[in-house]
Amino acid sequence: MPKPEILDPQGKAVLGALPRLGFTGVTDVRQGKRFEIEVPEVTEAVLAEIAKMADSLLANTVIENYTVRVEQDA
Amino acid sequence: MRVGVVTFPGTLDDVDAQRAARVAGHEVVALWHGDHDLQGVDAVILPGGFSYGDYLRAGAISRFAPIMTEVIAGAQAGLPVLGICNGFQILVEAHLLPGGLLRNDHRKFICRDQTLRIENTSTAWTGAFAQGQEIVVPLKNGEGQYVADAETVARLEGDGRVVARYVDVNPNGSVNDIAGISNERGNVVGLMPHPEHAVEALTGAGTDGLGFFTSLAGVLA
Repeated sequence: MPKPEILDPQGKAVLGALPRLGFTGVTDVRQGKRFEIEVPEVTEAVLAEIAKMADSLLANTVIENYTVRVEQDA
Repeated sequence: MRVGVVTFPGTLDDVDAQRAARVAGHEVVALWHGDHDLQGVDAVILPGGFSYGDYLRAGAISRFAPIMTEVIAGAQAGLPVLGICNGFQILVEAHLLPGGLLRNDHRKFICRDQTLRIENTSTAWTGAFAQGQEIVVPLKNGEGQYVADAETVARLEGDGRVVARYVDVNPNGSVNDIAGISNERGNVVGLMPHPEHAVEALTGAGTDGLGFFTSLAGVLA
């Protein structure tokens, strides 16, 4: 996600479009990205590796924050 | 001097950058993103365009192209490197320059002849200009809004590392009207506007952009 202090022009565009569709009462929209990363098993080492991926490529930590969430395949 | 111009998949302005370097009197070497070889060039230009389709973030994937290993090592050792537009985005993604470049605050792509003020003439790429000189070069970007945290901006301003500033209008919401910055040493410069499109009276907004390329002569002299 863009850091809170960073202006998010895409989110602003969505925020501007919502009232035109009749969706009122929304005070802010921020737009980010979601990556679904599949691994055979989740271990501490794998999570550390994924954090490294996020820091080096998936996110630009100068302008974005990220969180890693583990979800089991349904 | 031998000036290398890197072409990535999706680069648009490599031929104009090559031409600008040639007009400025340099020998041009075309460099390929997939090579691990700078071919002994004396300076490198990362040109504008949409390398890797701007996928993920502008410059984020190009920053890991094979040749960037050599570009980054060279830049850290003092090799003059100029990133224009997408090249600027690649330089911030590579952490050779601080801050980031976001979508323009007004959300539209912009293309205009833009007045800039040259604020630092001690970099490898701006020595041919006079301090405070105003120039007009084309600007064309969708993600040209320069941002950095307050501490970084204060450091850039305090150290005179703002190389060029937008004059009259701020076309993309950049903090402090910043159009270009340099690293501490002054060999690496990132610039959002396009001086390579203003080097010949026939096709440019003028020839004001030429100074970025002729400046190199003073570096190795």
